[in-house]
Amino acid sequence: MSIPGMNQTGAGEPAPTAMHKHWERLRGVLLDTVLPPVVVGGLLLLLWELLSTQSGSTLPPPSRVVADTRELIVHPFYNHGGNDVGMGWQILASLERVAYGYLLAVIAGISLGVLVGKSTWAMRGLDPIFQVLRTVPPLAWLPISLAAFQASNPSAIFVIFITAIWPIIINTSVGVRNIPEDYQNVARVLRLNGWENFTRIMLPAAAPYVFSGLRIGIGLSWLAIVAAEMLIGGIGIGFFIWDAWNASMISDIVLALIYVGIVGFLLDRLVALLGRLVTRGTAV
Amino acid sequence: MTARYLIIENIHKTFTQGQTSTPVLEDVSLQVERGEYISIIGHSGCGKSTVLNIVAGLIPASSGHVILAGKEVNSPGPDRSLVFQNHSLLPWLTVYENVALAVNKVCRHMNKARRHEWILHNLEMVGMSHALHQRPAEISGGMKQRVGIARALAMEPKLLLLDEPFGALDALTRAHLQDEVMRIQAELNNTVLMITHDVDEAVLLSDRIVMMTNGPRATIGTVLDVDLPRPRNRIQLASDPRYNHYRREILAFLHQRQRKVEPLHASSPPGERAADSRAARSA
Repeated sequence: MSIPGMNQTGAGEPAPTAMHKHWERLRGVLLDTVLPPVVVGGLLLLLWELLSTQSGSTLPPPSRVVADTRELIVHPFYNHGGNDVGMGWQILASLERVAYGYLLAVIAGISLGVLVGKSTWAMRGLDPIFQVLRTVPPLAWLPISLAAFQASNPSAIFVIFITAIWPIIINTSVGVRNIPEDYQNVARVLRLNGWENFTRIMLPAAAPYVFSGLRIGIGLSWLAIVAAEMLIGGIGIGFFIWDAWNASMISDIVLALIYVGIVGFLLDRLVALLGRLVTRGTAV
Repeated sequence: MTARYLIIENIHKTFTQGQTSTPVLEDVSLQVERGEYISIIGHSGCGKSTVLNIVAGLIPASSGHVILAGKEVNSPGPDRSLVFQNHSLLPWLTVYENVALAVNKVCRHMNKARRHEWILHNLEMVGMSHALHQRPAEISGGMKQRVGIARALAMEPKLLLLDEPFGALDALTRAHLQDEVMRIQAELNNTVLMITHDVDEAVLLSDRIVMMTNGPRATIGTVLDVDLPRPRNRIQLASDPRYNHYRREILAFLHQRQRKVEPLHASSPPGERAADSRAARSA
């Protein structure tokens, strides 16, 4: 007699519970991670709005920025020829330069890092040079690279390369030097050859270090590109900002800064995610 | 007259670090028959790990030779596979991949399908078929050691070297794994050289027990023949007078004749220190 009733509750209950739990978790995420930045951001916007609507204010309030840049926001990929292209194209142009410079830095940086990590002689010879060169500010490299390449685009790529390479070299060499002796013993017992040892033992063992270098490198790259592009001109988010300043379009600058920030954040997260995927199990 | 399978001949080893040189081993000689299970026991710091590392080829002897199956050993190789105390599995590879790395490198004569079977076979032998795709961080210490044993066995070594293989395990897991190793050894008839500091473990597993004197200048003190029938059962042996006699022999050697006086040996030789710090890290 009571069995049908029990069956009913038995069949009916799990679904609402699961949905309830799901909702609970979603609410937790909303409360913990979404709500605080939204509240604080909203307050800051309000403060900005209040401050810059005062008479004599030199910067536009957020409402003006949105009104002025509506066209740029809704049409990120217009192309009117020359430098007059949408924000999407500007950012992609910058990203392209970063991609070239950064990838070259990754290849050269990891190779040099392994060399310095493996060979004591290379470390003694190269490390002091690296320590001096890495303190040179990115933009200081621009004139000399313009002189060398005689063209603006390769120069900008070189600046990215030279900016991103130092943390990659240094972290890779530390990672390679810290590979536990036991892993090397495994390689020796198995008689892995140089290439196998490199790909099967050294790279994975050093990967957590390498990726922290890569992450610092991508951040520095994005910092450097904006500055470098201001000087070399052409298409790119850096020159867009400089151009907007010359045309006194302060709202455009504000919008560009927001985009630069968001892209930089995404690049950092992308490399971090890549690192997590590659170093599964190793990063302790 | 049969040629000995493994010959360790007048091994000396001196570690030099800057100005100071420490003589660790002095005139260590041992002959091992094929299929024998040999344990080396001694106080920590006596250089027993150094003996194993020299046989493995990981460190060179200062003088003397190691000859395995008629060939002199002077570099590491898969014919002498090692089971490390701290398992030394590569943490970024799964259980299967850790064994596969060894099999794919060493068993070149097998085709791909055969190698796959061979990997599975060895993991099954140590009872790890259920965790093929787990990573070392996801399995227990005993399981890691099983995988380490599977990896060593999969290389079909002429000589299996065990460096305190059960040292980092709890007593129950250790007993279980010792039984497994006895079963596998009975099945495959491997020649085994094992480092241990556990008296019961030595008597239970070994055909002969090599007792080392204290370092520096450690050497072989006594070799004890363990004449107990196989298969051995730890419960029956517990009340076997011969078993207790062997135990007492070792205890007497370690605690009377070679009693360790700690303050005198406060600083252990560099080789042992490295091994100890490695062990500490794994613990």
